[in-house]
Parts: sequence; C-alpha cells; structure tokens
Amino acid sequence: MSPLILTPNIAGADDFYAELLAVHDGLSKSESDAFNARLLLILANHVGDRGTLAAALEAARDTGAG
Amino acid sequence: MKKIFEEPLYPYARSPDQDCVHTIRHPVVVIGAGPIGLAAAIDLAQQDVPVVVLDENDKVSFGSRAICFAKRPLEILDRLGCGQPMVEKGVEWETGKVFFDERQVYEFNLLPEEGHERPAFINLQQYYFEQYLVERVRELEAEGKPIEIRGGNKLLRVEEKGDHVALLVDTPEGEYDLRADWLIACDGAGSPTRAMLGLDFVGRVFEDNFLIADVVMEADFPTERWFWFDPPFNRGQSALLHKQPDGVWRIDLQLGWDIDKDEEKKPENVIPRLRAMLGDEVKFELEWVSIYTFQCRRMERFRHGRVIFAGDSAHQVSPFGARGANSGLQDTDNLAWKLKLVMDGLAPERLLDSYDVERIQGADENILNSSRSTDFITPKSEMSRILRDAVLDLSEHHPFARPLVNSGRLSVPCIHDGSPLNTEDALPGGPARSRPGAPCPDAPLAESFLLRRLGDGFTLLTFNCDAPDVLQEDGITLRRLALSTRDDPTGALAERYLGEARSAVYLIRPDQHVAARFESYDEVRLRAALRRSCGKEIPA
Repeated sequence: MSPLILTPNIAGADDFYAELLAVHDGLSKSESDAFNARLLLILANHVGDRGTLAAALEAARDTGAG
Repeated sequence: MKKIFEEPLYPYARSPDQDCVHTIRHPVVVIGAGPIGLAAAIDLAQQDVPVVVLDENDKVSFGSRAICFAKRPLEILDRLGCGQPMVEKGVEWETGKVFFDERQVYEFNLLPEEGHERPAFINLQQYYFEQYLVERVRELEAEGKPIEIRGGNKLLRVEEKGDHVALLVDTPEGEYDLRADWLIACDGAGSPTRAMLGLDFVGRVFEDNFLIADVVMEADFPTERWFWFDPPFNRGQSALLHKQPDGVWRIDLQLGWDIDKDEEKKPENVIPRLRAMLGDEVKFELEWVSIYTFQCRRMERFRHGRVIFAGDSAHQVSPFGARGANSGLQDTDNLAWKLKLVMDGLAPERLLDSYDVERIQGADENILNSSRSTDFITPKSEMSRILRDAVLDLSEHHPFARPLVNSGRLSVPCIHDGSPLNTEDALPGGPARSRPGAPCPDAPLAESFLLRRLGDGFTLLTFNCDAPDVLQEDGITLRRLALSTRDDPTGALAERYLGEARSAVYLIRPDQHVAARFESYDEVRLRAALRRSCGKEIPA
C-alpha cells in the first residue's frame, strides 16, 4: 500500500481551496452535497489502494468534531 | 387452459402407513415439496436412500416466485437428472441495462466465460422448475427408486428423540404418526418445523415492500434485464423488468414502507402503475400479483440432532441477486452425500457438522451480498442516497463507477476455504479457482463436458499422471477419471486445473467440490485426504 499522505502535498494550496469553494457557487445545498459525493468517488477511485482508502476513512473519522 | 400451478400434481392419496397399528419408521422424511425439498429427495433416492416427502399442498408454487437460476445450480440439476428440461424451457439472457431517472446510464454484458456446458443464468418460473422436479421424481419411481411424495400431508408436531424423529401428520382423512431416522426440513422461510422445535431465526428486517407482477404481453422488449433507479413511473423507488418463458414478464416495483398491501394488490391499482411503466400502447394481462417484504437472517445452526434444515427454512435473503433457491440447491447438494455416508455407516456423524460449517459460510456470504444490494437499492439515510445517486450519475459517463452500481450481485457458488474436510493445497502453481473447497469449474472435453463425467461418487481426477483406476478406503470407493492433453481440445482444462503445474491429481467430493489436490499420485496422502473429506480425521 502507498501510505496516506497527511503532510502538505498540494502546490498552490490557496488557489486550490478557492477553486473548491468556487465550484459550489450558486449551487443549492442538495446540489452541493451531490457534487461533493461525486468528487469523493472520483478521488477515491484515483487512489484505488484499499489500504490507503481505509487510512483516509480513519483519518477523517478521527478528526471530526462529532 | 388450466395453468400448471392450478393443477394438483401430487394429490392426497391414503398411505398404508395410516392404517398400520405400529408407527412406521422411514429412513428419511423431507418436509416440503418445493424446489429444495424435491432436490433433496431426488438426490437421496438416486443413491437408493428411501425418502418420503410430505407437503400440505398438492400443487407447484403459485406464481413465478424464484425465477433466476444460476450456472452452479443448473450443474447440480444435471447431476440430479433434470437440468436439460430447465435449460430448454428457460430464457437465457446476458445483457443488463441500468436506468436512472429518465435515462439509461449504462448497459452491461454478463460476458459468461466460454467452455461451460451451462449458461451463466436462465430465467424460469418456479412452477416450471418444480414441475420438472416432480417429473423427475415420477421417473425415479418408475425405475423403482425409493421415493414418494405425499400431498395433503401437513406436519402437526415434530420431536427430536435422539435416535429418531417423531412426527404427527394431519391429512384430509385424519392424523397419523410417523417416525424418521432423519428429517430434512425444507418448508420455507416461515418453516413450521423450525417453529415447532422453538428454534431461533434472527437477522435484519428491511422496511420496504415490493410489488411483483407476472404480466403476459406481446411486446418487443429484448431479452434483457432492465433495472430502474428512481424512474418517472415509480418516483423515489426502483423497478425491475425480466423476461420469463411463454411471453411472461416479471415486474418488480418497490413501493416503500407505509402502504396498504391489500389496496396496492388490487388490479385497479396495479394496472395504472404498469401502464405508466410499459406505455399506453402495450397490451398486457396480469397473471399473478404479490407483495413482499424481506428479511436477511439465518438459523444459528442448520443441524439440530436428526433434524436438518435446508433452503429458506435455514436462511433467508433479499431477492436481489437470486440467492434464495440457488443457495438452497447448494445446501442439499452439500448434504445428500454426507447423509448417505453417515446412514450407511461409512462416515461418522460429525461429517454432518461440516454441512453446518460449509453452508453457514454460504449463507453468510449470500446475506452479506444481498444486504449490500438492498442498501444500495433502498438507501437508508440521506447520505447513503446522496452517495448512491452520485454513483449512478457518474456511471453514465465514467466506467470506474459502474462496478459500484449494485442492483443485485448475481449468485455464485461459495468456495469452502478452511473447511474441515479440505486437505491443504499441494499443487504448486495450481489455479486459485480450483483450490480445495472450490466447486469444480466445468470444461469441455473431446466429446462431452467435465462435470458430466464426475457422477455421484468420489472421483480421482488425474491429469497427465498415473494412478490406480479404483481405490477402496474403509468402505468408500474412489473412481479415477484419467485425462490428458488429448482430452483438452480448447486448453480450458489445463487453464482451470493445471495452471503452471504439468500434472495434477484432484480428489473430488460427490458434490463436485475439490477436497484435495496434489502434483502427483501418492497413495498414502490420498488415502488420508479421502478419510479427512469424510470427517474421519479431525484436522490438527
């Protein structure tokens, strides 16, 4: 498995974050939810490796406020 | 013309057992003349085990019910001598289409592997399936095999007595007592036998209702499986269209939880739904309508002393994936030879415990798969619906999302890895698909197919390797089927059984599962493997 990267890995982080916000502009809550779900699935498929995906699920679960 | 399911096929007839002063004891009694009970009875009778089947009714199933039969059960039916009429009557299909909202999102082909005698699936109404089984029973009777179906015989009481099972049976002419050395309960998901014995049946109930309709129509829909998620004619729900023989189409419409079942079943409510689905111009006739809810659950153990459960009485799954009847047939396939060996005194009773181990593994696999399909088809939370819809939207444009679409993972046989009957794999480079525990994959021979040559007993299958033609071990006969490169016109045998090995020796159980495999013949190891596959050696 390729280890999950949890250190900075995106060049131009501010630009990426702005793009991420911009695609949601004008979308309703349900359209945004649907968009996020599609994005998640596309990225998950790109990662592919089940070990890495499992580590990502765990990292997301362990850092939430809930 | 009367439909087959309106005709009594095994009407009540008085049995001499009812007039005996002493209670008659039978070696095996089967409760239920559905697909599983009949298969169990045929399997045993073919091997000369006397068997009596009791059923409170006298007809085949009403309505199509189970309609999708997979390759492995068809192979089992070949061994039972009734695969051919099923395949001849059944509808073969390979293409499936998936629709979401108003559009087709993608189309798939099952792409069945070449070199198997039987197709990946056929669609066939359960009433035909049962009819052909009953015909096979009649054929066996005519050959003098010890098999009997008693219609109009309802089980009233059952008690496990340690060395036998005591039954009280009701008939139109009153009650009578029976005893059985062994009882096989194939009386369905609501199993009266299970209830009378006070046994558990726990699992998950899905809060949903499905309307199923058999519709006779002259329509030029192709022979394909069509599945809709959230279609305009059934908003927020799903629908399935599948072709059966005789111009009968099976339609499943999801209805949701809060409905009035009796209202929904009325033709005046069903017909407008179907018209919205099929279009105004299509002429159709309703043959059968039913509403079902479903559960995924199983018994903790399938064997309770001399009472053994098989099929839906032991485990129940959602219909998505056609895992009900298909897995029940694998239950009896697994059970019949073991029971025969135990009854003949050729194997210890604990061989029957391996039925529990192996078929509970199968049931758990089926429950897992069908629960996942159900969760995809009927999302249980807002987020699961959002993710489901995202998968469907993506599947229209991107192939990666298509394997995530789950409208039923169609039934495949279980590989009994870790079964106590297996001997550790000793064929270096051998294909994983035919490892110990696996059902033998079929393959073309020069003039036949491999599975046709395996029969009901233990087989020693050798490839490019010498071995004795017959071997006796502790009362059990092992017959050799010797094959070589000459018998392999397509190369499929080598691919499915040799892999990278140059020679191989397979020990194959009567249910056509691999018990052991080696690179060459070694009598001592083979005898040990045969003993183990009969439960005579407890694995270390």
